[in-house]
Amino acid sequence: MGANHEHDPHHPAPAAGRALRLGIGGPVGGGKTALVAALCRVLREDFALAVVTNDIYTTEDADFLHRTGVLAPERISAVRTGCCPHTAIRDDITANLDAVEAHESRLGPLDLVIVESGGDNLTASFSQGLADRQIFVLDVAGGDKVPRKGGPGVTLADLLVINKIDLASRVGADLDVMTSDADHVREGRPVIATSVREHPDVPEIASWVRAQIAWWRANQAAGGAELAGSGHAH
Amino acid sequence: MPTVPAASTAPAPLPASLLLLADSRLPTGAHVHSGGLEPAAAAGRVRTVAALAEFLRGRLATAGLVAAAFAAAAAAECARPEPRWAAFDAELDARTPSPAQREASRAQGRALLRTAHTVWPAPALAALAAASPGGAHHPLALGAAAHAAAPEHAPAHAALLAASAAVTGPASAAVRLLALDPLAVHGVLAELAPSVDAVAAEARAVPDSPAELPAVSAPALDVHAELHRGQRLRLFES
Ligand SMILES: Nc1nc2c(ncn2[C@@H]2O[C@H](COP(=O)(O)OP(=O)(O)OP(=O)(O)O)[C@@H](O)[C@H]2O)c(=O)[nH]1
Ligand SMILES: [Mg+2]
Repeated sequence: MGANHEHDPHHPAPAAGRALRLGIGGPVGGGKTALVAALCRVLREDFALAVVTNDIYTTEDADFLHRTGVLAPERISAVRTGCCPHTAIRDDITANLDAVEAHESRLGPLDLVIVESGGDNLTASFSQGLADRQIFVLDVAGGDKVPRKGGPGVTLADLLVINKIDLASRVGADLDVMTSDADHVREGRPVIATSVREHPDVPEIASWVRAQIAWWRANQAAGGAELAGSGHAH
Repeated sequence: MPTVPAASTAPAPLPASLLLLADSRLPTGAHVHSGGLEPAAAAGRVRTVAALAEFLRGRLATAGLVAAAFAAAAAAECARPEPRWAAFDAELDARTPSPAQREASRAQGRALLRTAHTVWPAPALAALAAASPGGAHHPLALGAAAHAAAPEHAPAHAALLAASAAVTGPASAAVRLLALDPLAVHGVLAELAPSVDAVAAEARAVPDSPAELPAVSAPALDVHAELHRGQRLRLFES
C-alpha cells in the first residue's frame, strides 16, 4: 500500500473501463501460486496482466512469481493481511482494491488482474466487490472428502480446480468421488481436475479464463450495462 | 409510576451513524495496520497483557492525543467555507517524522475517505480527497468522516473516535498476532477508557491555527515503524 498516490478514491473506474478481476483462492499449498504462474505464462502473450498476492506471513508468493520471471516485477505486488487472509478478500477488501487500482493506474489499461488469496480455510471466498470471477483450488492430497464438506469456495466458485491429481494414487484419493461430490453441490458450475505440475500449460483452465475475458470484453463493448449481473460465461 | 424525563434535560445520545464509524467492521483496511504493535512485539517489548497495557497507555498519550486533536480540528474545519487542508497536512507531516508512519497514515486516510464518501456522500469528503493527492492523513479523514456522518458535535465525536482507535486498533492486532486472551485485552481497554475520555476532552479544544495543535511525540514508535518496513516477515503493513 501507499504506492498508489495518483488515483482519485471517489471515482473508481467504472466496471466497463477496467480489467477483469480474477480471484484465486483455496487452502494452503493447493497450488494457487503454481496456477497463477502457469496462467501468466500462457496468457501473457495475448493479454495485459497483473497479479496481487496476499501472503499470510511473507512476500513468499510474490517472490516466487518474481523468480519464475513469468511477469515483469512491476506487474506483481503483495499485500499484507494483518493475520486475516479471509478478511482481506471478503469483509474488508481495501488493501486489495488499493493494490489492484495501483496496478491499473501505473500500468495503464489491463485485461486481467489476478488476485491470489492467502491460503485459508474452506469458508473463505472473494467479495463480489473485489473479484468478478473466482477459482477455488483444492489439493487431492488434502483428502477426497474435502469437496463433500462444501463451503462457499467449493460450492460457489465460478471454477473449481482439483489439483495434484498426479498424487491421487499415492494418497489413496478417489478422484471420481471428489468430482462427483463437487458436481453434486455446484449446480452445474464447472470442475476441472488436473495436475498443474504435469500440465504446466493448464489448457482447460486457460481456455476457461480466456472465455471469461472474452465475455468481459464483449460486455464492455456493449456498454457494461449488465456487468454486475448474472450472465456468467462458462 | 416512573416518570419520563423531559427531553431537554436528557443528554443527547450518540447518533447511530457515529456507531458505524466507530465500528471496526466498517471496511476501511484498518485491520492490516497494527499501530506499531507488531514491531514492538518483534522487538520483545510487548509479549503479555501487562506490557500491552503499557504500550497502549504510551500510545494514547502521544500519537493518540495528536490524532484526536487533529481529528477534532478537521471536523471543525469542515464547517469553514475554505478549509485549510494544505496547512493541516503540513502540520501533521511535521509531527510524523517517520516516512513509514506517514505512508501508513495516508493509506488509511485514503481508504477511510473512499469508504466514508460511499457511505455518507458529503462534498467535504471529496474536497479533502482532492486536496490530498497523496492520500489524506488518517486523523483528517476521520474528522471529516465524523462531520459527514453527524455534523452536530462532530469535533467532540471525532476526538473520541480517534483517541479510542489509537488503543483499540493495536489491541485487536495484539489479539491476532500474539494470541493474547481477548477478554483480558478488553479488560485493559475498559481500564483505559477514562484515559481515552480525558485525552478526547483535551483534544476537542480546537485552536485558531493548526500550528497550535499538540505536538507530542513517541520516538520509539517512529523508530519501530521504520525498522518494521524493512522486515521480510511481517503480517501487518504498519
Ligand atoms: N505433485 C504436485 N505438486 C504440485 C502441483 N501443483 C503445485 N504443486 C506443489 O505444491 C506446493 C504448493 O504449491 P503452491 O503453488 O505454492 O500452493 P499455494 O496454494 O500457492 O500455497 P499457499 O500460497 O502457501 O497457500 C509446491 O511445492 C508446488 O510445487 C501438482 O499439480 N502436483
Ligand atoms: Mg501461494
